[in-house]
Amino acid sequence: MTTNTQPRAELEAPPVARRRIRLSREMTKTLVVTVVILTIVAVAAGIVSGSTTVLTQALVTGVLTGGIYSLIAMGLTLIYGVLHIINFANGAMVALSLYLTYEVVSIFGVHPYLALVITIPVMMGLGALVQAVLLNPVMRAPIHTQLLITIGLALAIENLLLLVFGPNPLSVQLPGNTGVPVLGATVELSRIYAFIGSLVLVAALWLLLKRTAIGTAIRAVAANPEGARLVGINIKGIYILTFAIGAAAAGAAGTLIAPFSTIQPTAGAIFNLTAFVVVVLGGMGNVPGALVGGLVVGLTEQLGALIFPGQSPLLAVFVVFLIVLFVKPKGVFGRAS
Amino acid sequence: MSVTTPTRTSKQAPDADLATPFLTLAPRRPFPYEYVILTVILIAGAALPFILPAAEMAIAVRVLVFALMGIGWNIMSGFGGMFSFGHAAYFGIGSYTAGFMLVEFGVSPWIGLVVGMVVAVIAAVGISYLAFRYKLEGAYYAMSTFAFAEMLRLFVSGNDALHRTVGFTVPVLPESSFAMFQFDAGSPLYFWIGLVMVGIALLTSIVFLRSRTGRFTLAARDNEMAASALGINVLRYKLTAVAISAAITASAGVLYLQFYMFIDPDLAFGAHVSNNAIITTVVGGAGTIWGPLVGAIIMAPLSDVVAGFLRNPPEQLSFLAGHGGLDLLLYAVILIAFVILLPKGIYGTIWNKVKKK
Repeated sequence: MTTNTQPRAELEAPPVARRRIRLSREMTKTLVVTVVILTIVAVAAGIVSGSTTVLTQALVTGVLTGGIYSLIAMGLTLIYGVLHIINFANGAMVALSLYLTYEVVSIFGVHPYLALVITIPVMMGLGALVQAVLLNPVMRAPIHTQLLITIGLALAIENLLLLVFGPNPLSVQLPGNTGVPVLGATVELSRIYAFIGSLVLVAALWLLLKRTAIGTAIRAVAANPEGARLVGINIKGIYILTFAIGAAAAGAAGTLIAPFSTIQPTAGAIFNLTAFVVVVLGGMGNVPGALVGGLVVGLTEQLGALIFPGQSPLLAVFVVFLIVLFVKPKGVFGRAS
Repeated sequence: MSVTTPTRTSKQAPDADLATPFLTLAPRRPFPYEYVILTVILIAGAALPFILPAAEMAIAVRVLVFALMGIGWNIMSGFGGMFSFGHAAYFGIGSYTAGFMLVEFGVSPWIGLVVGMVVAVIAAVGISYLAFRYKLEGAYYAMSTFAFAEMLRLFVSGNDALHRTVGFTVPVLPESSFAMFQFDAGSPLYFWIGLVMVGIALLTSIVFLRSRTGRFTLAARDNEMAASALGINVLRYKLTAVAISAAITASAGVLYLQFYMFIDPDLAFGAHVSNNAIITTVVGGAGTIWGPLVGAIIMAPLSDVVAGFLRNPPEQLSFLAGHGGLDLLLYAVILIAFVILLPKGIYGTIWNKVKKK
């Protein structure tokens, strides 16, 4: 047996290694440029605000918020990567998960993070249902069709929440959620937990895609649906599974951000926008790229707020977004391959 | 690690029937029957204020606003194939330009209308030129239009000169004035003026479709590569469609401003504004001349029907009373149902049936 596996490993190793080197070079270059730009912006922001404390706070908040953005973008980028659908309902799904978390906490009185046990499977089921019933029949239609369905879905979810819960904002309390000092800035514990949660989620998705048979099938469908079908992969099943995983990621995000979110029907809309930006920055369909993209967006937002006080902090993010769309529409970090 | 393949464009969709929901179009006819239909519609429409009770006129005007937005969206996205998710941008630019000039300088909204349309055209052509120059397609183009509208919303919300989130309120005149585009609340003049605007927009659609420009735009939509291989300056015709579309949508914004006498960043640039333009057209029939009008007649009164239903709900549904959101929930369900079951919309589907016979 050993003699059998040995040569095969040798055969496969070189191309993989070569590709990694090429990828990392490109990524390193882009990362260095981004870091330099962010540093310049940070210095400028520091000069404008005239206070290192304010700057530190902005940087730390930026990184933590960025982690949350990438958490919310995770499902979006996975669904785009495999199905080529931009899930406009991603934000609404996060909002739905916020309400689910609220309901679980108020009915059972449990720790908010325990709601994950409910939100992840429920959202997964919803995602599977949406893909099976609404999207699978139109997978070969032009891209507008799927976009319209997801936007209809977003409208439906948001207004269903409005109908059932009304417009008044709700909130979920996390026990022992106090501000702690981080590198000279003060941040709430819940934001740190959400940041760690997004790192865990990236790792989990990455392992799922890279190390499991299901993940290999998903990647195969993403790379070549026809080829995948020929080797016996059930494409429609993989589509359903992928959308379910994407929705589950939105569900996990909703629960993790619940303690510091204002829970209202349109809560997801704002994340929808930032999630697009994150996904475009990170390379559409690139899961670890979403993490880097999230950090960049979080920092851009915080530093933008310092440089242009009085304007919405998201404005800087959108300017960056449009510039990136025009200059490098296939994503800044890594190649879509 | 990534899980992406190159983006798919609509042209590669192999299923011809599904691949062309936006392409229902009559072959060129020698007899200009569209003009006859338009005349009939306008005459019938003009008589409406004499028949409808005054209380329903607000709905009739909303139908016109929806129709204008739908016609505008349709030229760019239905005929031109450039899927816009951000028509709120042009609607908002129109109403904000007119509102700003009126409130700050007392300029007549008629001048505001023209200036608003020009500003919207400049913005639309500018952003679209960049988008086409950098070859944004399909979902990426849709996202750039969406982002543009959101950017404007955020910018206006944070701009002191534009009254931040407070918006503009049209100063009420002591009496109606045609020169200032302002009439008594129950006046049918808003409707008639709106009807003329819709008539001009429909006429523009018809002329556009029958012209070389329109034909080339359709050719570019159906197969951009082939069209440019034939020597068609694709970029020019695409930008023409974008410009006409933005101008019509901006005029809807001014009509809205003068009728409701109020505009704020959400009403002007909110995502629901773009959604209304899209849903109206898709329900009526995208890529057809009359589709947006049909869609507006169906979709615009819907929220009033729902509101009336909620005021006196049946026993079993009484818990819904006093809750918002049902109208938009219905919009969403209708949109999804139409996209899946009737992708050519009401008018497009009927027209296809008629044509086959």
